[in-house]
Amino acid sequence: MLPDRHPFVNGTPKIGVYVCHCGTNISDKVDVEEVARWAAEKLRHRGVIVARDYKFMCSSLGQNLIEDDIREFKLNRVVVAACSPHLHEHTFRTACARAGLNPFLCEMVSIREHVSWVHTDRAEATAKAKELISGGVERVRHHVPLDPLHVEVNPNTLVVGGGVAGIQAALEIADSGQHVYLVEREPSIGGHMAQFDKTFPTLDCSACILTPKMVSVGGHPNITLLSYSEVEHVDGYVGNFTVTIRKKARHVKEDLCTGCGICEEKCPRKVIDTVFEAGLGYRKAIYTPFPQAVPKFPVIDVENCTYYERGKCKACQIFCPTDAIDFDQQDEMLQVQVGNIILATGYDLFDARRIPEYGYGRLANVFTSLEFERMSNAAGPTGGKIVLRDGVTVPKSVGIVHCVGSRNHRYNPYCSVICCMSSLKFAHLVKERTGAEVYNFYIDMRTAFKDYDEFYQRVLNEGVHFIRGRVAEITDAVRMPGEEGKVIVQVEDTLIGIQRRIPLDMVILSAGLEPRHDAKEVAKRFGISCSTDRWFTEKHPKLDPVATMTEGVFIAGAAQGPKDIPASVAQGAAAAARVLSRIGQGGIDLEPIRAVVDEARCSGCRICNSLCPYSAVTFDVDANVTRINPALCQGCGTCVAACPSGAISGSGFSDEQILAQLDGILMLNIESGDGATRMPELVAEPA
Amino acid sequence: MSETFEPLIVGFTCNWCSYRAADLAGISRKKYAPNVRLIRLMCSGRLDPTFVLKAFAGGADGVLVSGCHPGECHYLEQNYKMLRRYTLLKRMLAQMGIEPERLRLVWASAAEGNKFADEVTAMTEEIRVLGPLNWNGIDHARQRSEKLRSAERPPSAPEKTEKKAKPAAVAARPAGPPAGKKPATPPGGLKPPGPGKPKPAPPPGAAEVKSVPAQPATPGEVES
Repeated sequence: MLPDRHPFVNGTPKIGVYVCHCGTNISDKVDVEEVARWAAEKLRHRGVIVARDYKFMCSSLGQNLIEDDIREFKLNRVVVAACSPHLHEHTFRTACARAGLNPFLCEMVSIREHVSWVHTDRAEATAKAKELISGGVERVRHHVPLDPLHVEVNPNTLVVGGGVAGIQAALEIADSGQHVYLVEREPSIGGHMAQFDKTFPTLDCSACILTPKMVSVGGHPNITLLSYSEVEHVDGYVGNFTVTIRKKARHVKEDLCTGCGICEEKCPRKVIDTVFEAGLGYRKAIYTPFPQAVPKFPVIDVENCTYYERGKCKACQIFCPTDAIDFDQQDEMLQVQVGNIILATGYDLFDARRIPEYGYGRLANVFTSLEFERMSNAAGPTGGKIVLRDGVTVPKSVGIVHCVGSRNHRYNPYCSVICCMSSLKFAHLVKERTGAEVYNFYIDMRTAFKDYDEFYQRVLNEGVHFIRGRVAEITDAVRMPGEEGKVIVQVEDTLIGIQRRIPLDMVILSAGLEPRHDAKEVAKRFGISCSTDRWFTEKHPKLDPVATMTEGVFIAGAAQGPKDIPASVAQGAAAAARVLSRIGQGGIDLEPIRAVVDEARCSGCRICNSLCPYSAVTFDVDANVTRINPALCQGCGTCVAACPSGAISGSGFSDEQILAQLDGILMLNIESGDGATRMPELVAEPA
Repeated sequence: MSETFEPLIVGFTCNWCSYRAADLAGISRKKYAPNVRLIRLMCSGRLDPTFVLKAFAGGADGVLVSGCHPGECHYLEQNYKMLRRYTLLKRMLAQMGIEPERLRLVWASAAEGNKFADEVTAMTEEIRVLGPLNWNGIDHARQRSEKLRSAERPPSAPEKTEKKAKPAAVAARPAGPPAGKKPATPPGGLKPPGPGKPKPAPPPGAAEVKSVPAQPATPGEVES
């Protein structure tokens, strides 16, 4: 018999092994009866006293097998070999708990996703299953009973981003009686939706449907609106976040300002508005982004203000009837305590300049979708008139290009979801207002949701021309008569199979949606992750699109991926519902996967101190030992691996457990048939 | 006998990305070489270089380490710390006479099931070419195949075990669902073996389930 490198933790091991058929998902590649027999025979000396196989372990009858065995045989450890622990670890832990066994004394071994579904040779698959189960048995011998960490949940919520998703989330939570801090980077809430003219497919005026919600937010007793503010730092953990917010200086005293607008009228400095007007119109140096802004307080753009440049002017201060201008106002740092956070930070538009062959930025009459929205908007720089860049000429022919920067391996491989519908919307608006000939250049027509395809049929019937082909080039280089002074679109018309050159007065590029330029930094600040595309990563793309892998932080709206307004609203409401459910429960149980320092073994070398990204590891100078805060510790185990004294243990993933699992997989505690045993361990164990 | 050498590879994966990549390979039914056995860690930063050395010492011919892509670690930056250890470890292995190709690092996000599978297959072939490690001169492959055999058993044998002491393993239950093995066709035709469809686990707190606290219900009832 081998020297037992891994004696059982407490008393005699009584282990139950359960091998699932999963219908035929596992049993068609793994001989599950043989595996159970093998476990009973070869692992008996390691503590396995019962080994069963069953068709569906996750069913209530399957779980009853485990529960009955725990009671009858006084099992003190359970191994379930079935699907991935990400699916049913909770199921089997709960079953054990019902039978009176601490749920953390149950270990799952994946023999489906990792074995039967990916291997073709039955002998090899069965062998691998046996080895993995041996690993699970060895590991579970080292499990100790653990209790979940219970933390209280602060009922306040932080919503970051005042677009339609953030507004919806804030209203849902505030209406239920709980308090919300809504932080918005721009001077007003509203996001991109406030910039649009009409919304598809109903052609509702965007501001008309959004502003009532904005006004509700502005006046809501349960919402503290922190506009022109940004989150600088987030500390803490779910239920107990401490958030530091920088309230940027507007240079306007909010308690005195009445929103009369005289300052804006009198300001002599005109600045091109690159944010709200998408570069198409002007604003003043002191400005509110749009007339329906919430809050109504203006902001001084310090970089373009005569007073800050030369110390002159001060027209706004002179004319302000309530003396609300304060040139010396400083940024304010605020700290709030919240229990949950919802990130609804929205999207940026793909920069069409990245496609030089489309001529945006070089050819005057090539516009982006957001520029066209502002042009079409009655409150926009042209008063709703659709005109060329000269501001006067009405186009007689307009082209609309789909998929600019989307569905393209050179730029963004994904589809931006809303551009087909907004391109159809543009086509309709142009036709309606100018009677021009309209050409839509598309690849596929993506009109998936309610009333969307009917809208497409409507636009078809209005006489808009549709050409299927990815636009190759947009140019002003004349090659044929009739092209002088025009913007020429060169495209292969794939349905009739010829190259076409179409001279137009105006071209609108339906640019795709991209994550915010600082999405990665923001994700890091809140402790969540982004995909390589930089959209925030949801917990599960199908089943949990508003949660993240970080407890207490949720995502909603276009920040999670391109989507239209109804989907953003739905996600904002969904995130709010999740938060309210947490608040309603009052507290939350955290997984007890934590690191713990054995102070007797800690030598005070402090190698671990610099390894923790959550600041959970601190050093007590007087005692000369390191301590770990269990509430901040997220259980990654990096400090556990780094400790040269072995003083830090990771509950749930201790050295003993992992090394035992390794021994089990390598079957070091099993005798081979001819009695030959492994050579005794030559390396001395660390003290 | 001249059989093809089948390498034994131990893989350390992180719970959030690479383990889920392996899961996704399974869900996608992507086939790959059956030579890897995965150990789940919460984070690749948990990887103690000792684990790698003990894996080789215990009979592994190769060790795969896999985690989230740099910049995407679920715990923010711990995979960089693993990368530091990995780089030093590779040098150490070379000094000990172990080919550095036996230790392989793969970054795999939870969406990269295919990539994970292909890396395992590629690594298996590389290790096959390198040959068995045979640490301490032990022929692990031969021992392994012997350990994997259980006592011969005819397929129609009753479900009693050869163990004398109670409790018996694979005990036949007089009542309740059969323990997995299809009984010989009973009179009256085939009966479905227990529930036909998997019933989802009843949610905790549902009427039929008593909620149980995390501690054992009565002290002494269960040795823990």
